[in-house]
Amino acid sequence: MYNIKRSPWVLHYDGSSCNGCDIEVLACLTPVYDAERFGIVNTGDPMQADILLITGGINSQNAAVVKQLYEQMPRPKVVAAIGVCACTGGVFKDCYNILGGVDKVIPVDVYVPGCAARPQAIIDGIVKACDIFQQRLAEHEQMIKKNKTAKEG
Amino acid sequence: MKTKIISVIAYIILAPIIGGLLDGIDRKISARMQRRVGPPLLQPFYDLGKLFNKQVIVVRSSQSFLLLCYLIFMIITGAMLYAGVDLLMCMFVLSTAAMFLYFAACVTSSPYSTIGASRELIQIMAYEPAVLLTCVGFYLVSGSFEVSDIAFGKFSDIIYLPGVFLAYIFILTIKMRKSPFDISTSHHPNQEIVKGITSEMGARNLAFFTLTEWYENVFLLSVLALFITNRSPVSFLAAVIVILVVYFLEILIDNCSARIKYFDMVKLAWAVTVVLAGSNIWILMLVKQNIVN
Ligand code: SF4
Repeated sequence: MYNIKRSPWVLHYDGSSCNGCDIEVLACLTPVYDAERFGIVNTGDPMQADILLITGGINSQNAAVVKQLYEQMPRPKVVAAIGVCACTGGVFKDCYNILGGVDKVIPVDVYVPGCAARPQAIIDGIVKACDIFQQRLAEHEQMIKKNKTAKEG
Repeated sequence: MKTKIISVIAYIILAPIIGGLLDGIDRKISARMQRRVGPPLLQPFYDLGKLFNKQVIVVRSSQSFLLLCYLIFMIITGAMLYAGVDLLMCMFVLSTAAMFLYFAACVTSSPYSTIGASRELIQIMAYEPAVLLTCVGFYLVSGSFEVSDIAFGKFSDIIYLPGVFLAYIFILTIKMRKSPFDISTSHHPNQEIVKGITSEMGARNLAFFTLTEWYENVFLLSVLALFITNRSPVSFLAAVIVILVVYFLEILIDNCSARIKYFDMVKLAWAVTVVLAGSNIWILMLVKQNIVN
């Protein structure tokens, strides 16, 4: 099987956050932390992305958007929730409009805690996500095989 | 005849490898310029492999067909160059290939790719005059449009065409979509038009696009080599060195400039074309009416 771990392209979506985690995510890509050395590229297009990084919680307005972004991404795909807001709702949890963490609408694979999550932790989270990404490829290929045999049979 | 077939086959096989390596070098040098470690040299190949392994999503089925045409026409362009046929014809086929890219971006209804597509047309408008003048310059010096005559002249064409050479380097930046002329698409994220002409391209289609870009870069740099080469084999070595130097310059310019407005690009490109290439050719016509290389 092809080693796709070396080329994780991330899509960054800012949910209902205070912007703290977003700045840390972007900091990962700056020369100081240099996420590109793992092949990480920040792409703006869900159709070309492999890992969805979500910062901030889910509110009633962005729930549909997050769902759509997730659905537009081609398999194999991984979701990472960055910061406690994205994990559980964090400090905004009791607000009237907050539904909770990202896992309220889409399946989350990696939870990166912290308020704000540190760039080191974010890169660590993406590297973890890469392993899952590789597993997903195996699942994806099996699925294709199964569909093929189902069609033939 | 045999050598021609061999060089065409060599182009078709080696161009993506060389193009990918150049891309890798580009990313590595860019990273070093920003004091980063940067991705591994083979990163572009890893990316390409991954793109081919992902689920196939197509917004419009015609997009895959159009991008495939883009790839095939680009390969034909390079193959024609290496077969030593008419340079002017090569450039026309190149424009045809660019048209397929335009349509491929237009068929998706995404506003970003539509903006990218119309900007791509403007880029074509900006560089096309210089491309044509390059062909004319080669014709004036070697008395023929045939690539085999241009490449194996008595002396290097750059002696008579310094202005055209500089104009060609200038439009190379536009053609490679490098800053400050990364108007239609950008290699860097978070820009106002997302990924421009490549947005809404699914993973496999983006792989075709990347592959075509590699073919295109090798083709464009090969045309650059035509300025340097002559009958002696040493000149071919010189051509390789010139190509590497020019490529490094492109990376340098890419890293130290911000994108400019499209209208400024057109004005700048045409001014450079008229002043450098135009005056070069004009003087050439006045001074030496019939140099035969
Ligand atoms: S986790 Fe903290 S820093 Fe991050 S978005 Fe929430 S409140 Fe802001």
